[in-house]
Amino acid sequence: MTAPRTQRRPGPGFRVRLLRDRSLLLMTLPAVLLLVVFNYVPLFGLVTAFQEYDPLVGVWYSRWAGLEQFERLFSDPLFWGALRNTLYLSFVQLVLFFPIPIALALLLNSLISQRVKNFIQSVVYLPHFFSWVLAITIFQQMLGGAGALNQFLRSNDIGTWDIMTDPETFALLVTAQVIWKEAGWGIIVFLAALAAINTDLYEAAAADGAGRWRRLWHITLPGLRGVIVLMLVLRLGNALTVGFEQLLIQREAVGHDTADVLDTFSFYYGIATNDYSYGAAAGLFKSVISLLMIWGANKLAHAFGEDGLYRR
Amino acid sequence: MTQTLTPRTTTDVETTPPPPRRPRRDGRPVWEEPPTALGQTGKGLTLGGVLAVMLVPLWIVVVTSLSTQASINRAGGLVIWPDEITFEAYRVMLGDSTVRTALLVSLGITAVGTAVSMAVSIMCAYGLSRSRSLGHRFLLALLVITMFVNGGLIPTFLVVTGLGGYGEWWALILPSAVSVFNILILRSFYSSTSADLIEAARIDGAGDWRILWSIVMPTSRAVTAVIALFYGVGYWNSFFNVMLYMPTDSEKWPLQYVLLTYVNRGNGLPGSVNAGFGSQFAQTAPLSLQMAVVVLTLVPLLIVYPFVQKHFRTGVLTGAIKG
Repeated sequence: MTAPRTQRRPGPGFRVRLLRDRSLLLMTLPAVLLLVVFNYVPLFGLVTAFQEYDPLVGVWYSRWAGLEQFERLFSDPLFWGALRNTLYLSFVQLVLFFPIPIALALLLNSLISQRVKNFIQSVVYLPHFFSWVLAITIFQQMLGGAGALNQFLRSNDIGTWDIMTDPETFALLVTAQVIWKEAGWGIIVFLAALAAINTDLYEAAAADGAGRWRRLWHITLPGLRGVIVLMLVLRLGNALTVGFEQLLIQREAVGHDTADVLDTFSFYYGIATNDYSYGAAAGLFKSVISLLMIWGANKLAHAFGEDGLYRR
Repeated sequence: MTQTLTPRTTTDVETTPPPPRRPRRDGRPVWEEPPTALGQTGKGLTLGGVLAVMLVPLWIVVVTSLSTQASINRAGGLVIWPDEITFEAYRVMLGDSTVRTALLVSLGITAVGTAVSMAVSIMCAYGLSRSRSLGHRFLLALLVITMFVNGGLIPTFLVVTGLGGYGEWWALILPSAVSVFNILILRSFYSSTSADLIEAARIDGAGDWRILWSIVMPTSRAVTAVIALFYGVGYWNSFFNVMLYMPTDSEKWPLQYVLLTYVNRGNGLPGSVNAGFGSQFAQTAPLSLQMAVVVLTLVPLLIVYPFVQKHFRTGVLTGAIKG
């Protein structure tokens, strides 16, 4: 990220540099303070996961509980249900969502007219900026019990299907929502990678008789490889994070058996019931596994000869 | 800096004196085979379908919000094609005290929050962008670590409530005021600001504050706009922190939370005794009114979006490549 150190000259002393850089340090102060208070202090707050936290006496005086919360957690069928839902939703999204931005970017890149391209881009980026409340409200109006789809089915006497409250197809619904909202925005990095591919390669390949599919296979896809691996690493590393707000909003409609994931579990069985230590234990479990997964996914990227999130 | 990269123009005309490789009439490079009819149709249908999936729901929402109760009844719900346009729903909505308050709350949080976030982020990004400054490696590491490790929901909640944030406005702004990702994007732009320019200003006696204000910021307007949009949208869209820190103070609810309880969950508005809704609407409001609330949450975004949209590539690209 910063320029490599060439030679180490004996630079100016600490006090001289402090005096010289005081305004730079002062500028970083507000951000650093906010991060310390709202990111680093909560890290120490994770000790509540090993306590029987009592809001009346605070962290310092709450009873020490050791691994009790974790024992409770691992014998709680609701927790295992939430973990299963998390992994299942993550898997479905990986399979169904991941290829779509790539395909869309390839399709868009093959268009000739810059104006058409720009127009499509501005339309497909838009839902990324919608809130989940808004996105789900729109889905509800289209697919819900009183929505446009059922309005059509009813007027043609085909019967009704309230997709929004059907637990059977909930994973597909959630994935469809993610695709609608985020697939368009997802193409931006792939378009950038496509733009970086040297067009001379295509010309040379065409001169050698390679058709458009062979050019796609031998030039375009290798050109995208780095970005695809990076995105895959990010996705795998975040496998335990699936649409917190999205599921929170829809939990009432579809039921907690189907909609509870690890994040919402922390909320409903931690904060909403004042069982803070229990929720913190679930959160800590998730964080530790997530870190391991990011590390593992990076190892995988390195094994493929790619940089992944950080270099070796 | 703001121009987008167009991949196909590298076979340009100027460098080859007699133009044997001039692009064909349709804009394709000369070596590319002519498109097949099947391929063109498939592309057109796919992209048309994508656009329809994005735009048709928005169209239906807007049209329904502009429809009379009579045409809603005739359509049996959502209206796809308007037969008479009325702004009645908007009049009633803006006459309602709950919606008006929520709109003001949302605008206020978004304005104050974005201002705070931008000030903090711009300063921090510049403070870390000068190579060889004291401690910048350490501070950068301090920032980046928070992207991977955090206390999670409950410890953060306990810290905010421990500081007395329950029911307070600042609880909606300060805990999420700093996005390290956004700071890194800004920083990579500031780092690439011409060192000569900065050195010249320094010789003329400008301090770091002056350099940031008069040189670095004016040369990075595009990325500033993109980051401001990212922050602004974040504040405008947030509803979960309301659920956490002020779930019962309905007069402090922003628009998204009103949308959630009122349209999504179909509950009546708690504070809404205003005559506009009338007794028959106290429980569930007419569809046009619900859709008007949806449109209201969209309007600020649609106003800002066109101005910022063209800069996305700049902002996100550097984030993706250097971040």
